Amino acid sequence: MQPSVDQVWAWLADVPDPEIPVISVVDLGIVRGVAWDGDTVEVAVTPTYSGCPATSVIALDIETALHKRGLEKVRIKNQLSPPWTSDWLNEDAGAKLMEYGIAPPRAAGGPEQCPCCTSTHVVRISQFGSTPCKAQWQCKDCLEPFDYFKCI
Amino acid sequence: MRDQAAYFEFLCRMGDNTLVLGHRVSEWCGHAPVLEEDIALANTALDLIGQTQMWLGLAAEVEGAGRSADDLAMLRDVWDFRNCLLTEQPNGDFGQTMMRQFLFDVWHLGMLTELTKSSEPRVAEIAAKAIKEVQYHVERSGDTVISLGDGTDESHQRMQNALDLLWPYVGELFVPDAVDTAMAQAGIAPDLTSLRAAFDAHLADVMGQATLRIPDSDFAHKGGKSGKQHSEHLGHMITQMQWLQRAYPGASW
Repeated sequence: MQPSVDQVWAWLADVPDPEIPVISVVDLGIVRGVAWDGDTVEVAVTPTYSGCPATSVIALDIETALHKRGLEKVRIKNQLSPPWTSDWLNEDAGAKLMEYGIAPPRAAGGPEQCPCCTSTHVVRISQFGSTPCKAQWQCKDCLEPFDYFKCI
Repeated sequence: MRDQAAYFEFLCRMGDNTLVLGHRVSEWCGHAPVLEEDIALANTALDLIGQTQMWLGLAAEVEGAGRSADDLAMLRDVWDFRNCLLTEQPNGDFGQTMMRQFLFDVWHLGMLTELTKSSEPRVAEIAAKAIKEVQYHVERSGDTVISLGDGTDESHQRMQNALDLLWPYVGELFVPDAVDTAMAQAGIAPDLTSLRAAFDAHLADVMGQATLRIPDSDFAHKGGKSGKQHSEHLGHMITQMQWLQRAYPGASW
């Protein structure tokens, strides 16, 4: 018997993002659809940034995870439209990122507080960071530099 | 009826611009003046190469000759490249690299803005994806041009020299040829001349803040996007970019 689409979604919620393993590919909002096409399950995935090297690793991780659950035929569909936005991070993701040391994205365009000491006295170092989705910020109180998940 | 040959040419122009500039910018990796700039340049290069995969991927589909995006990037020779001359110019010093980036970014942003309204849905969705990244590129390159232009006597002079050097390569971006005209008529891409006013306004604003003088010459080198006359720099760059696939055909990661 085929597992339900909801069941597949639940399994995908256990697949970690390879760069930020505290959140799953579902938390990140890049899984755009799950559907059965005959005996093949099709998972639509959208890239965060067009050149993000994690994209191909994510596709492989999803296939591997679903194979382990007994799904033999898995097809990953690369879906560009509508383009990913940081608004698609789910509600839990913000708290998980913060705990991991990455300030979550905010509409204001910068972090609310330092993820290390919670000071609001923070300054931007660079709009570009360790991965395409992050910017570099620094806390003026504890002096720790930290990543900010930037808005797109 | 869409002109398939012109459509393929157009997609190669978009993809080759981002490929060639992306490769040029990646040449800075490990060499930039400070760590943050090194990371920013590498990120910019990565975005551009990612956009290349989308443009050349679609170009390969449209061509329908069994070639992939990788084949187009790594196995064409210099005369088949369709990037504008600006993108292939050497990096020079850091200021020259950032001036080249800014001039391209402002055009790129205007172009992508119009392409999001393309009659071709595949073009519109690539543009909608790319434009989010390019907004970050132009913000950074503009800020850097202002900081260095309105900086020390030395940095100001270097930025003015860079602008004077690169200015003759700007015109090509706005002069339509038969391919551009066919794309505009099909509603796939904008009339290039329509992008000029917003480009000039953006440039005047940033160069004003940077205390730099925009040359009053409208002389423009041509031959990049048509492939008829690339500058001598492109062949050398492609030799570097393609050597692995040339030496070990079919090698994969």
